[in-house]
Amino acid sequence: MSVQTSVHQDLHGPELLHHFADPQQQRNAVSLGMWIFLATEVMFFGGLFCAYLIYRGWFFGDFAAASKSINAALGGTNTAVLICSSLTVVLAIWAAQTSRRMLLIAMLVLTMIFGLAFLGIKGIEYRDKFEEHHVPGASFSFDHEPIPGHPGQYANPQHAQIFFALYFIMTGLHALHMIVGLGLFTWLLVMAWKGRFTPAYHTPLEIGGLYWHFVDIVWIYLFPLLYLIDRHP
Amino acid sequence: MYFGVWIALLVGTVLTYEVAKIDLGAYNSAVALIIATTKALLVALFFMHLKGASEKLLKLVVISTVFFLFLLMALAMADYGTRHWS
Repeated sequence: MSVQTSVHQDLHGPELLHHFADPQQQRNAVSLGMWIFLATEVMFFGGLFCAYLIYRGWFFGDFAAASKSINAALGGTNTAVLICSSLTVVLAIWAAQTSRRMLLIAMLVLTMIFGLAFLGIKGIEYRDKFEEHHVPGASFSFDHEPIPGHPGQYANPQHAQIFFALYFIMTGLHALHMIVGLGLFTWLLVMAWKGRFTPAYHTPLEIGGLYWHFVDIVWIYLFPLLYLIDRHP
Repeated sequence: MYFGVWIALLVGTVLTYEVAKIDLGAYNSAVALIIATTKALLVALFFMHLKGASEKLLKLVVISTVFFLFLLMALAMADYGTRHWS
């Protein structure tokens, strides 16, 4: 009993807070909390995906026409950028587990560069939509846009506007999550710079990584659903 | 292993982009969702380390997340899909 107490006191730091029995229990508790948070995030985005599915079912042709007006090459590039950033996140955690501080810092910086590149490309996409008057609102215009696969038929601008509203809300909410992620990773970078992460304690990296991967998964679904409804030549 | 998953995810991205250009009728959406779900599973199992997670409580949270998302979608679709809107 006395041995256990002394071990407990020796480890008293962020790697073992007072109310946990051992580091493993603390790691499990923290990870469980993060997964419960991600569950609420899934339901948050789930409502939007549900709205999208309902309207897509009703106005499929109009959605296909509107989807075709978005630059799918930019969207595809952004998917690849996010996948690369997810790789650098797992490599950062591996670097922390094997005490490679400079590699850890390099991977965190790379992750943030990929994140910023994603937002930059997203910005180009939004600019195009503004220039084409595809932003829902008073100056919205989507006249004489053909419905793919139905020659001579044109999309209903009101229905296309619903697509663009969903496009801006869903990608906008996703971009907001990216901005929050960049904030988290700035903090992780500062901690890594100060040498706070060791093979025994790098829980913040793992938690930040879980968040980053979740945002990646949301995009993995957004890309085909918004950009690739009907791309037949 | 991480690099293998990364390559698979990039291949999946190119695949979903190219398949969208082929006319498969109603199957286009199905193929797109299958590829997206495969990619999401790869990220969750390997990058988020769900594979090999031993804690039962964690598994319960993940499974109930998927279940409630399914419930949300299925009940909403069952409602809107069977109503006869004029």
